[in-house]
Amino acid sequence: MSAATFIPAFVRRQSFIELNARARAQSLMDAGSWRELVGPFERIQSPWLPEQGIAPQSDDGCVVLKGTIGGKPAVVIALEGKFQAGSMGEVSGAKMTAALDLASRDSRNGKKTAAVLLLETGGVRLQEANLGLAVIAEVMASMLALREHAPVITVIAGTVGCFGGMAIAAGLSSYIVMTREARLGLNGPEVIEQESGIEEFDSSDRALIWAINGGEQRVGMGVADELVTDDAQEITAIVRRFVEAGLPLVHRSQQVDLYRARIAALDTSKQIDPLSLRESWNEEKKEGVAR
Amino acid sequence: MSTQVGLRGKSWFQAFTGKNSPMAGDPGSVLTADAKLGEDTARFLCVVPNPEARFPCARRGEVGLEESYALAARLREVIEQDKNGKKRPIIALVDVKSQAYGRREETAAIFLATATAADAYASARMKGHPVIALVMGNAISGGFLTHGYQANRILAFDDADVVIHAMHKEAAARITLRTVEELEALGKKIAPLSYDIHDYAKLGLLHTLLHIENPDTPSPTTVSQVQKELIDAIADARAGARDLSNRLNSGGAREMRKAGLLARAHMEDQWANA
Repeated sequence: MSAATFIPAFVRRQSFIELNARARAQSLMDAGSWRELVGPFERIQSPWLPEQGIAPQSDDGCVVLKGTIGGKPAVVIALEGKFQAGSMGEVSGAKMTAALDLASRDSRNGKKTAAVLLLETGGVRLQEANLGLAVIAEVMASMLALREHAPVITVIAGTVGCFGGMAIAAGLSSYIVMTREARLGLNGPEVIEQESGIEEFDSSDRALIWAINGGEQRVGMGVADELVTDDAQEITAIVRRFVEAGLPLVHRSQQVDLYRARIAALDTSKQIDPLSLRESWNEEKKEGVAR
Repeated sequence: MSTQVGLRGKSWFQAFTGKNSPMAGDPGSVLTADAKLGEDTARFLCVVPNPEARFPCARRGEVGLEESYALAARLREVIEQDKNGKKRPIIALVDVKSQAYGRREETAAIFLATATAADAYASARMKGHPVIALVMGNAISGGFLTHGYQANRILAFDDADVVIHAMHKEAAARITLRTVEELEALGKKIAPLSYDIHDYAKLGLLHTLLHIENPDTPSPTTVSQVQKELIDAIADARAGARDLSNRLNSGGAREMRKAGLLARAHMEDQWANA
């Protein structure tokens, strides 16, 4: 028996989380099919950061690749969590919006072009404050326009997670793919602790954070679609499956009555137990109420 | 920041619609009514503080779970009712402190709740409803993304109590490791950081900045003044695109968003050959 047989797949796998935004995006596309647009050598970067003594990055932390996934036209837009926590600024937002709009235009003209968003982001880049908020509103509008023709697939791998306004954008996706390490939530734990007090949310309680925001919980309660291991091959296969599947019958963010009824049914006199919520919403899913 | 978040919204909602209570089945924090506006009947929506709210972190004018789903439901109702007829204008009266910062909210996926309201606003816009946001007080962060920022046209009162921003001053200072004084000084130099509505207006995102006498207390004169502005904005929205391109084509954007527009132009150039 060779030594190799003792090495489990988990060890041999290519971690996705350890890849930077560019390598993540490349790993999702068909080999040789892609080209990076408005890449780092064009040096279109934030004009606002240097004014505040902060080094900009030559791609503004947003990587756009156009190519194919499983033979179908697609654009992958990846945020780099290691640059300003993946936050959205004027330029990164403009790149994302422009790419989504061009995918929409191609889709309307008969060349259906899916978008894959790799979101590692805290939301608005506060050093660009109001432009950051404005570009998130524009990203949301462009996602919704594309979503009428082709799927928008969000992958949250970790470890930054997806928070703030970009979590609202994630909520508009056709499909959300998460790892166990990933988190998804509107307000980060630190923000809740600052705004509402430590008795509301103790941001040092890691178990609590993952119980609420973690990928296992979000997929388990049905507000995200697929839980994956941190394996580039597995994530690529899942993304390919969703590109192939096309649009869902109904988008989650259109299911107002279902979720409104669920919120109405909650006991708000105390904190909500994440596991019970998961079981209760999941039960309905099995019964075919949710999608 | 005004300490009276939401009260302005409530007074103006009442002045425009003659009503001051929610529709049946809605939480006390979401006011919706249809009312005449020029030749049209418009749907007005407003989020107001509700000290009795079921969710403790959404009692002071924040947009929480119930607010988001109520807005989404009332917007979807308009889209459905008008699907074969004339598209009613939708007027979002905006005076929102922020999104709700609570653990209950996070557990029950407020990111999705807020997405349903933003989706409904944008869907109405894309289907041809003129969607107008009128900012009369605070329009902060996720509160504004959920309620108003998907509008075809954004109008704001020209008033010191009107604040459109990504985060309230104290929190933004803390997170960017600055004092409030440093942040205010930077805002004078760097328009997107400013809390002053005049600096916001420079970004080219607003349709109109309206000077209103005594904005806390609507009078017959100021109500008809604002109605006229809304009617103009509705006509402008009906004549224009159903996307948000007007925000990028504005004079302000050409001046203040040069880097973003350059990135966009390069993307368009390279897309066809990729």
